[in-house]
Parts: sequence; C-alpha cells; structure tokens
Amino acid sequence: MSLSNAFFAIIKRDLVLALRRRSEIANPILFFVLVITLFPLGIGAQPHLLQTIAPGIIWVSALLASMLSLDSLFRSDFDDGSLEQILLSSYPASILVLGKVIAHWLVTGLPLLIVAPLLAVFLGMPSHSLGILLLTLLLGTPVLSLIGAIGVALTVGLRRGGMILSLLVLPLYVPVLIFASNAVEIASTGLPVSAQINILISILVMAVVLAPWPTAAALKMSIN
Amino acid sequence: MEENEVVWLQANQLSCIRDDRVLFEGLSFELGAGKILLLEGKNGSGKTSLLRILCGFREPDMGELLWGGDAINDSQYQTDMAYVGHLDGVKKELTVFENLKVSLALGRPGRYSIIDALDRVNLANYDDVLVQALSAGQKRRLSLARLLITENKLWILDEPFTSLDKQGIALIETLMIEHCARGGMIVLTSHHDIELHNVAVQRINLS
Repeated sequence: MSLSNAFFAIIKRDLVLALRRRSEIANPILFFVLVITLFPLGIGAQPHLLQTIAPGIIWVSALLASMLSLDSLFRSDFDDGSLEQILLSSYPASILVLGKVIAHWLVTGLPLLIVAPLLAVFLGMPSHSLGILLLTLLLGTPVLSLIGAIGVALTVGLRRGGMILSLLVLPLYVPVLIFASNAVEIASTGLPVSAQINILISILVMAVVLAPWPTAAALKMSIN
Repeated sequence: MEENEVVWLQANQLSCIRDDRVLFEGLSFELGAGKILLLEGKNGSGKTSLLRILCGFREPDMGELLWGGDAINDSQYQTDMAYVGHLDGVKKELTVFENLKVSLALGRPGRYSIIDALDRVNLANYDDVLVQALSAGQKRRLSLARLLITENKLWILDEPFTSLDKQGIALIETLMIEHCARGGMIVLTSHHDIELHNVAVQRINLS
C-alpha cells in the first residue's frame, strides 16, 4: 500500500517539477518538430520520395529527441542530493526509479505522440498508416526512455557523459527503430503488421520488467 | 536503563582505501541506544567516506557493519536509518510542504506531522514558499525537518551545523538530545564542538 504511495509520490513530484521547468519539456518536442519540418525543405519537391522515407524520418527524429531529453532524467536529482534520499528509502529503488522513468516519458515521450500525426500528414503519409505510426510510437518511446535510463544512470556521475551516453544507448535503440519504422512502412502499403507490433510489445514488456534493476544498481554506483 | 545498554550499530575492523590511499583501517566501534558518536578529524581524513559506508552507499574495503546483529544490507537497517548529507536533498522548484510530503511518502511516518515539524524547526508559515526563496540556513533546517517527520532510530548527519546561526545550532542540539532521550542514536561529523546535556558523546578521531 505504501509502496504504491511512494511510487505515485515520485511520479507526481516529477510531473510538478516538469511543469515548473517548462523549457526542459519544450526542448525535445521543439527539436522533433524542427528536424521533421526541415526535411521537405532539404529534399525539395519530390513528394513520392518524401512519402517513402517519412516513417524513417519520424522515427529517427523521435529517437534523437528522446536521447536529447535523457540527461534531465537524473541530473538535477543527482546534483542536489535528492537521488541519495530516493535510494536510501526502504522501498525498492527499482520501483521508485520506474516511477521516475514513467514521469519522464509522460513529459517527453507523450508529447511526441500528440504532434506526430500532424507531422505525418505534413510529410504526405497515407492516412491509413497514421494509426500504426501512433501505435509504434506508443509502444516504442517508453522503451527508449527505459533503456536510456540505464545509460543515464551509468553516466550521471561523469561531468561530460553526453558522448558516452549516446555510444552506450544508441546500439540498444536500433531494434526498436528497425521494427517500428518497418511496421509503419509496411502499413502504408496496406499489408498486416501484427508481427512487428507483437515484437514491439514484447520488447516493451521486457524493458519494463528488466530495465529498472540495472538502472537502480547503476545509480547506486554513480552516487558512490 | 537496562535496555539502553543494547548495542545496535557495530563496526568491526573497517577499512577504507581511496585512490590507493588508506583513509582508515582497523576501525571498530559500537553504538548503543541513546548514544551519540562524533567523528573528528582533519579535512580529507575520511569522515564523509565513513558516513557513506554507514549509509550503505560505499562498501567498506575490509571489515563489516552490523545493525542489531545482522549485516546492514538487509532492509531493516534502511528503514531504521536516515541521512542528512552536505547536499540538502531538497528540490528548489518545489515548496517546503511538497518537499516534505515526498520525504514522508518515501519513509515511515514519524512522531511529527509536516506542519508540526516545520513549527519545530522555526519554519512555520513557510510551507507554501518555494525552496529556492529560502536562505541556506533555512534550507538546512528544512532538510533536518525530514528527520522529524519520519521514524528512524539512527540519524547519520554530515556537518549538520553548516550555515546555521546560533539559534539554529541550539535548536538542532535540542532535537538531538530529544532523539537520544527516546532511545535514538546519532552518528555525526562536525567542526563545531558539541556539548549536550545528559547524553554520552563518544568521539573517534580519524586522523
């Protein structure tokens, strides 16, 4: 009972913090929108080409936007000592860390889902694949946050861990990128994509269950 | 008085080595209910390292730590212990009340309600103030208020008197005496010499 109290208290705390530091939420979403709107300008008047590569563009941008936002996940808690207090709690650190990741996804991942349909229309994606695009983002971006959390937890103690973080995390993002953009691409031709969706679901379930432990362990090492 | 003799915290032959430098070795001590342990020593003599070992953040390079006879890795110790380090551990974008509410959710509810605890550390009427508007001393008192709202037998305090004024120091000393009178224990580091009524202060010099 009180474990769920602690879990929701962490989520609520991080949401309130995000609301009071709006620029941190705005950054990744602005990046996402900017990158995608620049593509048509760069490629020129080739609507068919744009339509073909649209799933890839959207997914690569989502992936980079998510990576850009990762550093804020534990940074301020690490700097002001709140992280020590969270890890000292008698409740399992992995559950509390999961709460933090969920709150982080709500403020950085969920907004991508909201603007993605607009940008997809902008790139000329057929309307029948919009649903699949949203579904892949819904299943894929939480995985990015969960896997990214392990990387941030390992590098939060380093002053300039940004480079190492991307090297650590990007290879692990690749499966999500492949299956998600492939699903959207296939969906625009009208073929069934249940296989890719099922794989994304299983990756998500695995990440939710397995990622919080190494994250909590890595955080304990980082505050040492 | 009989139960006050119970030894809770026991350190056997602790050693800490940092960057090939031995900070301390063969350190043993015992701490019973109602007692205070004051760690003294020069800067860099390993006081904070020892406190972090006591918190479980670091493993001692040698030796063992027991809490009530069991190794400290078991969860009972985590429940019984509270730490206030030199970082305040409060979020400056949250109000005083919101900060304490999170701490309360993470721990076991203690003797004081949040409002009473704020009153106790002379921060009454500050509950709706954002922490970034507080002075350094007020922040310190806020992080010490955390000890009052949760129930912990052992307080681990790293330089608790930093940035406090005379009244602040007197206040914290009163709180420490009360905590010990209820059978609590305190391990602290301080440059400030503490004098407490009716409380036995053990001293360990690390240098």
